[in-house]
Amino acid sequence: MKISDILEETYVALLSNKARTSLTILGIVIGIASVIAMVSIGAGAQNTIESSIQSIGSNLITVMPGAQNGPGLQVSSGRGSAKTLTEADAEAILEKVPNVKAVSPELSGRYQVTAKGTNTNTSVIGVIDSYASVRNLEVDEGTFITSQHLRNYSKVAVIGPTVRDDLFGEGASAVGKTIRLKNVQFTIIGVTKPKGGNAFSSSDNSIFIPLQSAQRFLSGDTYVSTIGVQAADSKSMTQVQNDLTVVLLDRHKISDPQSADFSTLNQADILATASSVTDTFTILLGSVAGISLIVGGIGIMNMMLTTVTERTREIGLRKAIGAKAKDINLQFLAEAVTLTFAGGIIGVAFGWLASFGVSYFGILQTKVTIGSILLAFGISAAIGIIFGYYPAQRAAKLNPIEALRYE
Amino acid sequence: MVALEPFREEAQTFVLKQDNMIKVKNVTKIYKTGEVELEALRGVSFEIKDGEFVAIMGPSGSGKSTLMHILGALDNPTSGTYFLDGKDVSSLSDDELAEIRRDKIGFVFQSFNLLPRTTVLRNVMLPLVYSGLGEEEREEQARAALLSAGLDEEHFVHKSNELSGGQIQRVAIARALVNNPALILADEPTGNLDSKTGEIVLGTFQKLNEKLGRTIVLITHEHDVAEHADRIIHIKDGLIEKDSKDHNKRIINK
Ligand SMILES: Nc1ncnc2c1ncn2[C@@H]1O[C@H](COP(=O)(O)OP(=O)(O)OP(=O)(O)O)[C@@H](O)[C@H]1O
Ligand SMILES: [Mg+2]
Repeated sequence: MKISDILEETYVALLSNKARTSLTILGIVIGIASVIAMVSIGAGAQNTIESSIQSIGSNLITVMPGAQNGPGLQVSSGRGSAKTLTEADAEAILEKVPNVKAVSPELSGRYQVTAKGTNTNTSVIGVIDSYASVRNLEVDEGTFITSQHLRNYSKVAVIGPTVRDDLFGEGASAVGKTIRLKNVQFTIIGVTKPKGGNAFSSSDNSIFIPLQSAQRFLSGDTYVSTIGVQAADSKSMTQVQNDLTVVLLDRHKISDPQSADFSTLNQADILATASSVTDTFTILLGSVAGISLIVGGIGIMNMMLTTVTERTREIGLRKAIGAKAKDINLQFLAEAVTLTFAGGIIGVAFGWLASFGVSYFGILQTKVTIGSILLAFGISAAIGIIFGYYPAQRAAKLNPIEALRYE
Repeated sequence: MVALEPFREEAQTFVLKQDNMIKVKNVTKIYKTGEVELEALRGVSFEIKDGEFVAIMGPSGSGKSTLMHILGALDNPTSGTYFLDGKDVSSLSDDELAEIRRDKIGFVFQSFNLLPRTTVLRNVMLPLVYSGLGEEEREEQARAALLSAGLDEEHFVHKSNELSGGQIQRVAIARALVNNPALILADEPTGNLDSKTGEIVLGTFQKLNEKLGRTIVLITHEHDVAEHADRIIHIKDGLIEKDSKDHNKRIINK
């Protein structure tokens, strides 16, 4: 039996009961469409989370004061409240730990900012010149803080675009204007490019001043609240994290790593944790969709069994005039696979549409990959074969005489 | 044709005359339906030579259709042996039997068994689908078979459920002829035809027999029809009553 004959038989058979055929296909369409949509939503969620983690810097290890595995009370004291890290610690890390590209000691706090009658409460971060490159920050207007500003305890500030909008009006030029922090007047020398908010911090709503000035005029001591350490590449992150821990323990004269007065956070770890969460999410969505595919498959099997029973006499005749079991088997298997494949094509289209809708309405930036489409086709063909196999076998095994006598 | 067939070792002793296409020996067939056993055939033996035209005649329920199914390698006897072309049919696999039916046998079933809602042409081409013939040759052969079965060309594209009983019968006959089988098994092929159309069909069988040397087994319960064959086997209650040459064969000249 030629392939063209099988296709023709399939076509004629499926068209002979259009309502039943379309309802059966609908089951597969729903299954495949939900697989495509769910997987793309999962991938979209993963992408969003990953890019927001990437936006806080690249190959970044964050060192914070406070114990890593300390008692519960330490946790409640909050990030940055313990004072154990200094700028000298940051310099030591840069000097002694191999594969460190840059360090960025930071001192952050919330302060009331006033400018020409308006005022706002915002986060003020004392930074050094390397901050911009470590934290992937770009200046839109003016310049960023330089080492000269640091040495001179300059009263200069770089502000985020949100702060600018709050204080001077939307899109107004802010360079050269002044703001007051704790009654000290700072001159604005730059405005950063908007970076968009993310789950961790918003640089758009921050004011950056030289670290030395922040220590002298705002906090009044020499501690820092965070040290950002940028590794040379992603491969050396673990090594840098381990080595800087050794260096800091030594500097703080702590022999037991368990009682360290600082903690480190590796960006790769955050990413891995976040990915494992989104992976679980994707698997969950995918399995719900998978269940609906199985239900669709059972629909296929049901239809094929009905068809085989209805066409018993025809099968008997075909066998009587020379069809082999293989020919009959192939014919019914082709019918089942055609059903699921048609369902697959329509399902991919609907799934794509659904995920496009999710992106279009701004719910989540979804992504339909070639991989998930191929997977959907693979699954639909497999479902056709799996659920069509038993009915086709049943047809192929019919005894021709008994089948011919069937009423 | 028979001489070309390779013989099986165990079959050798039975194959004495190579020109006997059909050899039936002590064949019985018992149908079991629940507790009840029905002996449809109770030990029949006969041989049919290559190129013979035989009629099997008997009253209703005598086992004619049962015998035809066995002769057509569609069903196995309960006991006894059946050699077709020197091969013991019971020793062949399902696929081998399917090949024999596909290439060598043409069936006209008592209940016709056309595919419903399918055109006449497609119905007649169906056996050729399984022999892997090209599309054009199929249609050519199907048309030729339909014409020799006496169906007008205007009905070729009709669906099988749009035909009269007699037309259906002729389509069924055409389907049996389409693969140029060496053996034609026809179960009451003229049952629904008026005597004139019946004559045409019987004439076709005679022509196939004489000109092309086809072996034909014609099943009927009518004496007139049986007399178109060379030999008549009378069967009753599953036993052969009489097996004789047809001395007053009716020959249709056309
Ligand atoms: N599949 C079957 N199961 C049970 N009994 C059967 C079966 N097929 C045939 N029989 C019985 O076997 C006997 C012979 O049947 P068969 O069909 O061979 O008769 P027939 O000679 O062809 O009759 P008719 O001329 O009416 O067609 C009948 O009594 C019938 O009831
Ligand atoms: Mg009968």
